[in-house]
Amino acid sequence: MSRARADEEEYWHSSKFRAFTFDDEDDELSQLKESKRAVNSLRDIVDDDDDDDLERVSWSGEPVGSISWSIKETASSSNSSLEGRDSSLQKGSSSYAALPKQVSSYSLSSLFKGRNKLPSFQSLSDALSDTGVKNYAPELRRPKAEYKDYSRDWSPRDTVRRMQRGKVLIFLKRTLRREILFRELEVRQVALCHLIHFLKESGEQKMLLDLLRFLDRTEEVALSQYREHLNIQDVEKRREFLKGCIGLPFSAEDTSHIQDHYTLLERQIIIEANDRRLEAAGQSEIFQKYPRKASILNMPLVTTLFYSCFYHYTEAEGTFSSPANLKKTFKIPDKQYVLTALAARAKLRAWDDVDALFTTKNWLGYTKKKAPIGFHRVVEILQRNSAPVQVLQEYVRLVEDVETRLNLATKYKCHDVVIETYRDLKDRIQLTAYKCKVERGSADEEKINSILNNMQIRWKN
Amino acid sequence: MAFAGRRDAPEPPDFGILKRLARDQLIYLLEQLPGKKDLFIEPDLMSPLDRIASVSILKQHEVDKLYKVDTRPAPSSSDQFCFLVRPRLRTMRHIADIVNADKMSGRSRKYKIIFSPQKFYACEMVLEEEGVFGDVTCDEWSFYLLPLDEDIISMELPEFFRDYFLEGDHRWINTIARALQLLNSLYGPFSRAYGIGRCAKMSYELWRDLEEESEGDGQGRTPEIGNVFLMDRDMDYVTALCSQVVYEGLVDDTFRIKCAPCPSAGSVDFGPDVTSSDKSIKVLLNAQDKVFSQIRNEHFSSVFGFLSQKSRNLQAQYDRRRGMDIKQMKNFVSQELKGLKQEHRLLSLHIGACESIMKKKTKQDFQEMIKAEHSLLEGFDIRESTSFIEEHIDRQVSPIESLRLMCLLSITENGLVPKDYRSLKTQYLQSYGPEHLLTFHNLKRMGLLTEQAAGETLTAVESRVSKLVTDRAAGKITDAFNSLAKKSNFRAISKKLGLIPRVDGEYDLKMPRDMAYVFSGAYIPLSCKIIEQVLERRGWQGLEEVVRLLNGNEFSVSDSAGEDNSAGDAQRVILAVFLGGCTFSEIAALRFLGKERGFKFIFLTTAITNSARMLEAMIEAKA
Repeated sequence: MSRARADEEEYWHSSKFRAFTFDDEDDELSQLKESKRAVNSLRDIVDDDDDDDLERVSWSGEPVGSISWSIKETASSSNSSLEGRDSSLQKGSSSYAALPKQVSSYSLSSLFKGRNKLPSFQSLSDALSDTGVKNYAPELRRPKAEYKDYSRDWSPRDTVRRMQRGKVLIFLKRTLRREILFRELEVRQVALCHLIHFLKESGEQKMLLDLLRFLDRTEEVALSQYREHLNIQDVEKRREFLKGCIGLPFSAEDTSHIQDHYTLLERQIIIEANDRRLEAAGQSEIFQKYPRKASILNMPLVTTLFYSCFYHYTEAEGTFSSPANLKKTFKIPDKQYVLTALAARAKLRAWDDVDALFTTKNWLGYTKKKAPIGFHRVVEILQRNSAPVQVLQEYVRLVEDVETRLNLATKYKCHDVVIETYRDLKDRIQLTAYKCKVERGSADEEKINSILNNMQIRWKN
Repeated sequence: MAFAGRRDAPEPPDFGILKRLARDQLIYLLEQLPGKKDLFIEPDLMSPLDRIASVSILKQHEVDKLYKVDTRPAPSSSDQFCFLVRPRLRTMRHIADIVNADKMSGRSRKYKIIFSPQKFYACEMVLEEEGVFGDVTCDEWSFYLLPLDEDIISMELPEFFRDYFLEGDHRWINTIARALQLLNSLYGPFSRAYGIGRCAKMSYELWRDLEEESEGDGQGRTPEIGNVFLMDRDMDYVTALCSQVVYEGLVDDTFRIKCAPCPSAGSVDFGPDVTSSDKSIKVLLNAQDKVFSQIRNEHFSSVFGFLSQKSRNLQAQYDRRRGMDIKQMKNFVSQELKGLKQEHRLLSLHIGACESIMKKKTKQDFQEMIKAEHSLLEGFDIRESTSFIEEHIDRQVSPIESLRLMCLLSITENGLVPKDYRSLKTQYLQSYGPEHLLTFHNLKRMGLLTEQAAGETLTAVESRVSKLVTDRAAGKITDAFNSLAKKSNFRAISKKLGLIPRVDGEYDLKMPRDMAYVFSGAYIPLSCKIIEQVLERRGWQGLEEVVRLLNGNEFSVSDSAGEDNSAGDAQRVILAVFLGGCTFSEIAALRFLGKERGFKFIFLTTAITNSARMLEAMIEAKA
């Protein structure tokens, strides 16, 4: 029993596949590079009379003559004249819900035209939608009977068949009073889903909310209302709208997220106005040196924090744009804060700030380097921002895991760290081997030699 | 039994006829509006259309100008407008706007709307509401099936996934049943049908009904496809969420995402970094590409070796021309050069693609990520993986990848511990934007990212409770139970089916022994394993526990008439239907299984999917 168990444990805990490494130094990549060279060397033989069997492609890559390509062609030729008109129209129609519903423009002629041409599309939605119409088709005045038929025993399968094209549902929606419709649908989950989806798709927000309220799905009511903010372009309006969302019946957890969303946008509006002015005035050095690429409005919190660490790092906690204020207001965890501040300061190559970020003093006044994230991560971020070896070295040294430390040190050529680590490991063979990696006659080589000659070290090999 | 002795898999049927049928119907519909006309096309119908027709065919049938449906027509254009669209309400509004604008300016035109693959009544209702119903004529273009490759048929309906699994809308089921009917009439009759999942079952039943109504005439015809297997995507989200490492899957993950809103119909956008020139190329990747067809199913690590071997061969071929005399040279140029050039072009394309993949993956800590994924699949070091995910979020690496990892964690662990759920969610909203609150809600409803509930035992008392309370309350309780029923039970299923292969020593990815190779030997895709097991057992016997854990809705039906000719090749051809999308990793795994067992799988899917496409469908966008 216990043996079987041990087996089992081993089975679940051992990793027995050799993962393929997506590492630069891999043999396989050099193989690939070699193949590329080989193939490329053939290019001059091949390229002389190209194109004969190639598809001709346009600048955007679509084969010339394909349908997608021709559409782009027509679009670009007609666009220029329409640009102005388009944008003005866009404004009006960007949010359908905002449009006043068109007054029904049925004309008798259009009605009959429709009927004649499409005999299949008759009774339900066409004729019964409008009381006036019933007079033209008295035989269709059977809503009650039909409704009864449909409302009795809907097996899931029948529902599916009936719901497929939404015919019945639209019919019911148009003929029944809301309360009755809702009540009937409540016990028919599939039909209910269909109606909800239909209302979402057609943008009938009011009826959707009524329905959700009727069903007591309060959280969905809240989410569905909150969702509307996505359609509000103007930031001031959006902010106002979000303010209104705070009182919606969200769960306690989500309420605080909504509150944060509102506060964040509020702050962003203040910061944006201020910084735009500063930038335009041209007196702030940082904005001149690193012009802003985009507005901070509607960006996530972490992006805002990065921005603030980049442009407003030294500000006191009292100002809205200071990192400290953001950290406090939104209760940003240390880890998150450090990662973001590190990335921002490293980007500016402000190595002193980086240093200060990790330095802590204990009660005796000694300083020590501490980080809420692994130091290998710190190294990676610094390296990506091309930190000089001296800076990098300091953090590589702090990586706890010996193997990771050696890997990083070797990868980024922090010779000191490699040498010291081998010394501490008392690994003479590796240290000797490393000699060929450092420059001949350099201080590093000297260091290796002096360690190797040190009689006090008891080498393990 | 079908497995006795290894046989070569039969050849796939010819699906070219599907294209011809679609093209002919389209031409017929265009002819219904005689005379010159402008054609407005739905953006996501463009590339499927490119696969079956060409501009010259359209021109032959008097199509004058082509537009995307959402562009506004130039004022001077033709007297007839034809719209080729998906049945979407927004598109209807747009068309209505065009018609109404014409009316206002006193311009009279003819309008025709062609719905593909079918029309929904809601669309007509919108036209009616907008007061243009009488001005347009409507038609349906039953273009259900687009063959992407010799063994892949796509319905090109990526929205099916969200519509059905998130919104619970059943409107596409009819479309699926019709697609099955069409395939059955052309390549059937299918003598055996298996399936699992609610949608699979409904589609199957609806299809049977359609067959009965239409008085099946195909009796006595020799079938080319003998079996059909339907599966809902929600039977197995794990596989779709894993990082893909077979070549075709990697290409899909790396390059096809860019055109995500439009299904790309099997073509790939290779950017300038791949083509080593300043333009990008749209390439069709399928069995016709002689290089691609040999590496598509391979694990990425085997691809390099293959490409370098190929390029050495190619070089040798070219080198032969040294020392040729004039006559030999002439022969060489006229007979071989063209083929070599073709091969050269393909080779450099795929080498470029590999390089670009490597570059992207090394930048993303792919190694570490795969490690975390494998730990999740095997169920150890959960804490470590959780903090890996946390850091991934904090560093804003990628919103979709972060979601993917969270979902994997949730499904493999049957939901997140409440504390982790809250903290990861908060950090996610902080890193990627507060509006993702909506995304989290959607994921919860789908069962993709859930919080472990306090009352796990509720399911047992469900029936008793619902008898005691009023109908209305019961509805609500059922809702609550539904979300509980969506418990994934992945760990238990994985143990039961042995999805984590027990391997002594190294897994040789170049000589795979099972379908796990598509995930570096770490995991056998659940969806494919189910198909393998059911085919082997010719039914669900012995899989009762798995079925229960998957929440049922399985079926296995055999047509007694078809049984006698079970020796025929058709019995070894299986139509694998993925409702809600299928990944290239799954396709590769089943192709492998087919080779091993002498089966031929034909894939029918609502769309080719991958983790990014699935998760993007969960994000709310502005209207």
